[in-house]
Amino acid sequence: MAAQQPIPGTNPVYEDFSRCVHCGLCLNHCPTYRLWQLEADSPRGRIRQMMLVNQGELPVSEGFVDHIDKCLDCRSCETACPSAVNYGMLVEHARARIERDFKRPLFSRLARNALYRRLLPYPERIAIVAKLLRFYQRSGLQASARSTGILKLLGLRERDLLLPPVDRRFFFDQLGKTFPAQGARRARVAFFAGCVANVAFAALNKATIRVLTANGCEVAVPDGQFCCGALPAHAGVRDVARDMARRNIAAFAAANFDSLVTNAAGCGSTLKEYDHLFTADEPEFAAAAALAKKTRDVTEFLLALGLSAPPKSVPARVTYQDSCHLLHGQKIREAPRQLLRAIPGVEFVELPFADICCGSAGVYNVTETKASLDLLAEKMAFAQATNAQIIATANPGCLLQLRAGAEIHKTGQEVLHVIELLDRAYSNSSA
Amino acid sequence: MDIALIRELKTLLGPENVLSQKEDLLLYEFDGSVEKGRPEVVVFPHGTEDVSRIVKLAAKHQVPVVGRGAGTGLSGGALARGGGVMIVFARMNRILELDLLNRRAVVQPGVVNLDITRAVEHAGLYFAPDPSSQKSCTIGGNVAENSGGPHTLAYGLTTNHVAALELVLPDGEIVRVGSHHGDAPGYDLCGLFVGSEGTLALVTEITVKLSLKAGSVMTLLAIFDVVGDASRTVVEMTAYGITPVACEMLDGWTLRAVEDFIHAGFPRDSAAVLLIEVEGLREASESQAAAIREICHANDAREVRTARDERERELLWKGRRNAFGALGRLAPSNYVLDGVIPRSKLPEALEQIHAIGKKFGFQIGNIFHAGDGNLHPIVLYDPRDTEQFKRAIAAAREIIRMCISLGGSLTGEHGVGMEKNELMLLVFSDADFDLMRRIHDAFNPDSSLNPGKIFPLSKGCGEIHVRKSGPAAASPS
Repeated sequence: MAAQQPIPGTNPVYEDFSRCVHCGLCLNHCPTYRLWQLEADSPRGRIRQMMLVNQGELPVSEGFVDHIDKCLDCRSCETACPSAVNYGMLVEHARARIERDFKRPLFSRLARNALYRRLLPYPERIAIVAKLLRFYQRSGLQASARSTGILKLLGLRERDLLLPPVDRRFFFDQLGKTFPAQGARRARVAFFAGCVANVAFAALNKATIRVLTANGCEVAVPDGQFCCGALPAHAGVRDVARDMARRNIAAFAAANFDSLVTNAAGCGSTLKEYDHLFTADEPEFAAAAALAKKTRDVTEFLLALGLSAPPKSVPARVTYQDSCHLLHGQKIREAPRQLLRAIPGVEFVELPFADICCGSAGVYNVTETKASLDLLAEKMAFAQATNAQIIATANPGCLLQLRAGAEIHKTGQEVLHVIELLDRAYSNSSA
Repeated sequence: MDIALIRELKTLLGPENVLSQKEDLLLYEFDGSVEKGRPEVVVFPHGTEDVSRIVKLAAKHQVPVVGRGAGTGLSGGALARGGGVMIVFARMNRILELDLLNRRAVVQPGVVNLDITRAVEHAGLYFAPDPSSQKSCTIGGNVAENSGGPHTLAYGLTTNHVAALELVLPDGEIVRVGSHHGDAPGYDLCGLFVGSEGTLALVTEITVKLSLKAGSVMTLLAIFDVVGDASRTVVEMTAYGITPVACEMLDGWTLRAVEDFIHAGFPRDSAAVLLIEVEGLREASESQAAAIREICHANDAREVRTARDERERELLWKGRRNAFGALGRLAPSNYVLDGVIPRSKLPEALEQIHAIGKKFGFQIGNIFHAGDGNLHPIVLYDPRDTEQFKRAIAAAREIIRMCISLGGSLTGEHGVGMEKNELMLLVFSDADFDLMRRIHDAFNPDSSLNPGKIFPLSKGCGEIHVRKSGPAAASPS
């Protein structure tokens, strides 16, 4: 093992682990325990392993890495935990430790390096990859790959379905613009555009801006903003996440706004915990905490602001899948549901086990495809049983996963972000 | 551990159902209690035949066997005190049969308690035993420990809701006891096995009785400024013949930790609250609720609230169910006790617990089933401090002794396990032990099933031996 550098950012202490009194109330809230019924893949078991590793009583073994990798980081256990164990902080630290102390197999190292260090920090490279992907999707290559069954043969069918459809026009060209409020200005917000969302969710981003401006918000999309760092932070690549945080802190410091609004629950959760990436004695800490404090999920923000523009009718039976990093990461349960209920014509029906992850979890569906698809299968069975025509959710990753689920399991259901449905209610282009 | 046995287990169950690496076994050496005991191999059967074969293999190699469900137990009942093979039933989690008309369900032992209710609630039915861990704990564990919960007051313990069992005996033989419907002729063997803590047989299938949900439920929260007023209220309710279906008490100290977690509106400045539930026909429950309110106010309750809807009701119960865990906010570890006193002695018992806490230097919290006198004092301690841990154990022992001296018992629902086996000497005579030993030996003569539990190691069951190979003694968790 190489000489150990300290792990940057928040490091847990004994009390953070010992808060777990191993009562076991988390077990059935954990998607992987529900799949395999293994202590090692339960929150309680993972906390015990992380504690033993932290105390030097267990090595960072292949087994340890496997169980920590298999965690979705959905943080459902945090919601269930009566003792308030800060599990997300613990598992992200464990991953940073793995990144530092464990040598992964060559392919995994190359892939992680490419994604976290060579792609995500460079918007222009994201655009190039997106253009290649768009060529694959639009040239007929994808269609023929699908129809010839070559994808199935290579075991890539599901992964292909998870590919985001690349936008015709990227959202990158909207950076630096300001969109005026319709009617009297009720708030000035900064909009967080994301990274991959710029090339795959431009429509969602534009819909979000339309809904915000319709409700009296002036929306600035500050230039110089950057990937929030959620993916590298969750993967334990803390130096990259910290770098991204620094760039965002600088970009948003220049803008004048009441709230930083995001439509991606995963980004929101990370932005709201920006201070965890730094220790209190680091110079960035105060600014990180200040930005975190200003961050709002778009559903949370709109509910607090109140809808000034009355939505028109969208007649449809709608269910809602909680985005883990909204419900468990940010503790927001009611806002998306209330917004859906505020749309006339919407018949809202609860999805059983909506609080259990759909299996998307950042890049989990690519790294742990089997587990992800098993979770998705159960999710789609419940979704189908609701007889809902539309499945709403609150995070781009969940949208991709659920859309693939609707395709794989042929449920015929439309999958929309809550804000896309609200936008539809405003434009009334009818379902 | 015998390498040959592990190999044979892997052949029998497949390698994915056998754990034998130390880093995996470490995760099965604890449960919800403060005890420890590490197995030498952990196996996951998928059916009764698997269990029978595992038990036969273990017998061949002369290693002990212990069953485990979700590992939420509070007396170390499902820990491998003698090392050996741990059979985890978590993957035997299928509901095999629902007979809604006759209100029966046949389930495998790894089915989660609440999942039974989830499967039948559409028909207005539910499974009555409601331990606070019901979202996690398994029915097999409930049967082994004869678990109770808040509604035990009205509906009894697990034993009152089990109709029949399929069992694997220590020699691997598969037998059935009880009867799907009606009373089984002959001995009440079902009653014997429920609560036997896995020391007589392993349960592989359970026929449970389902109950009909009451027409009307009212949940009251009575708030008190003095603990004694709350406990006197319970005594008086009993004296007046009022029969709530649940009557729980939380003291102010635990209340604040719970409120930090669930924000149910528990008053943070109160000394104690009573959570009281009545149910039945609407008129009956309303008149009962009125009588309860009257008694609460007569005993100086500050306020008596009524849950307005199902959501409010659920929130209050959520607070109660999560109370033990919520105390993890206050100290690195806690020791949940389980003792019973005659409910008429409640005020006296609470005063004595307070005094014992003072003597040993602990603040002791109280969350318990007040209605049936089942106390759950909680001692908070820091496991890194060995001296403090020893003091916590000593305080716990003294509290249990106090319960017994007041005419109560050393466990209400958590079982004896390896937590209180030595304390059994306080309640049973030599003749009593001899009877229990003979029953034990009739089924489990070699103590190959769950050794080191229930009976004091020093007495009673000469055959019980704790193998040196597994870590045994209670140690800080």
